Amino acid sequence: MLALKKSRLRRRSLGDRLFDYGNIVFMIGLMIVTIYPFVNMIAVSFNDANDAVRGGIYLWPRLWTLDNYSYIFGESDIYHATLISFLRTVLGTIVSVFCTAMLAFTISRQEFVLRKAVTMFFVFTMYFSGGLIPTYLLIRDLGLINSFWVYIFPGIIGVFNMIVIRSFIEGLPDGILESARIDGAGEFTTFVRVVLPLTIPAMATVSLFVAVGQWNSWFDVFLYNSSNIKLSTLQYELMKILQTSTTAATASAGDIYQSQGGSGTSVTPTSIRATMTIIASVPILMVYPFVQRYFVQGMTLGGVKG
Amino acid sequence: MEKPIKSEPLATGLNQPNIHKTALFFKRLLQQKTLAFMCIPFVLWAFVFKYMPLWGWTMAFQKFKASRTFAEQEWVGWQHFQFLFSDNSFYRVLRNTIVMSSIKLVLGFVTAITLALLLNELKNIVFKRFVQTVSYLPHFISWVVASSIVLTVLSPDGIVNLLLTKLGILDNPVLWMSKGHYFWGILGATEVWKEVGWNTIIYLAAITAIDPSQYEAAEIDGANRLQRMLSITLPGLKPVIIILLIMNMGHILESGFEAQYLLGNGMNQDYSENLDIFVLKYGIGMGNFSLGTAAGIFKTVVSFFFLFSANYMAKRMGESRLF
Repeated sequence: MLALKKSRLRRRSLGDRLFDYGNIVFMIGLMIVTIYPFVNMIAVSFNDANDAVRGGIYLWPRLWTLDNYSYIFGESDIYHATLISFLRTVLGTIVSVFCTAMLAFTISRQEFVLRKAVTMFFVFTMYFSGGLIPTYLLIRDLGLINSFWVYIFPGIIGVFNMIVIRSFIEGLPDGILESARIDGAGEFTTFVRVVLPLTIPAMATVSLFVAVGQWNSWFDVFLYNSSNIKLSTLQYELMKILQTSTTAATASAGDIYQSQGGSGTSVTPTSIRATMTIIASVPILMVYPFVQRYFVQGMTLGGVKG
Repeated sequence: MEKPIKSEPLATGLNQPNIHKTALFFKRLLQQKTLAFMCIPFVLWAFVFKYMPLWGWTMAFQKFKASRTFAEQEWVGWQHFQFLFSDNSFYRVLRNTIVMSSIKLVLGFVTAITLALLLNELKNIVFKRFVQTVSYLPHFISWVVASSIVLTVLSPDGIVNLLLTKLGILDNPVLWMSKGHYFWGILGATEVWKEVGWNTIIYLAAITAIDPSQYEAAEIDGANRLQRMLSITLPGLKPVIIILLIMNMGHILESGFEAQYLLGNGMNQDYSENLDIFVLKYGIGMGNFSLGTAAGIFKTVVSFFFLFSANYMAKRMGESRLF
């Protein structure tokens, strides 16, 4: 049996081997298509702006310079937007993950009398929402427009994350919570001292998803805080650049930016956009390779349905 | 007259344990007050941020003016809905929504399943991991960054025009973003570029559950690679494919918002505008809150109907339910 299998393996057909080579070539092609745009953006962002207009920059800058970056970070608005982006990511993630975990802990307790009702109350919101305009008017009535807190409050609880953490807590060995109670720990102490440290794997995954969501969001800035530059974020600043360049590309009104960049420093719309794109994605590009496995873990955690 | 008198003792007899139950409930709630305090603030939060907007649905039946109180609003019945269904641009927006989400659905499925099958055939585990890591990356970048990339790649001197002219397929560079009829294709391709790798995860997980002895048996019977892929791996994925397909049918009016908004422009808006953009444009942009809300309600109700039908179908087919 084993011998048969071995001989089969040795006599792998030509078609089989061709398939393997073809497959590898395909995968390399896929990786190139995925990575190339980033490499190209990086190359343009490190290239002299006026030189880049001539085109022909693909994988490597022709005229190295850091001018694009120093120009962009010299703009106090962008510098400030970077700070706001970091602040909302850090604060939003901590608040959301802590609150979601606390809620998940309460509904993971089998003996809790409100367990079913609270769970249903939250799960319902996954399938029904008031929609854009009622939400907008609510936020306006709550006085959250033109405020940093509009980035934090509306997203305090992620219902899907709540289910993920609850499933994880329910999977912990029963004895642990029991022994904490016998030692006289109250519910809140049990949650902070016992449950939180034990759910670190689930919390890490959930935090990553929340953090990426916070870092990447621009629509709430656009909707609620677009009139206040002090509350702008990197993604929204890039979005504004994008909007001007789409109009420029189609209506050929190319000198919208030229005037802005023309005052001394040599930047062009193309280089500004490339540089901003890289700045807006750099935290993800840097962190991603190291935390990638937690994301994949999260997918399998999420498979545990409520 | 006789009947109610007769039933009276019976009713109180039923009521007795009920009172008892309520008392017991409050007694237990009192014992669990810490737990209650730990979740009640979030229940209030959900009430304010998730349930109160539902009250705003009344706007769709009013001639809503923000300056008036609720009692002063003028009620107009179904007028806004009638306007929607007589408005040609609404049908155009609806068409765009359905076409774009269908493209997303079909392309997304075909490409992710194909890629999962091919990844599964890679023998070198390190290489496979590496390809996976690279292919998940675009999932995590924002749509703003992705749109910036798309605009660069498709610009007149971008890589797509360069390759196509060098290969002799095009004579002159094409302004991809300013031709409306290219928009759906561009959106589909972008969507695939961003999500295909990430979408393989669930299929690859399902593949690991397939019994390896099936492959050995097929190998001994002389089945080649392609035959094994198509007659063992693909059928093994069938349950996952069906459940995901049904689940996505429930999202037929969810064609996405960010990509269309960011990549849309004046030249391609006949193809790029979908329901969400319509709501934003009429509701926030023009301040017609009532009409925007009506369009939003239409979307939510139809989606809910689709989702429930999908769930029912899944149940009928013996697959596990979604909720």
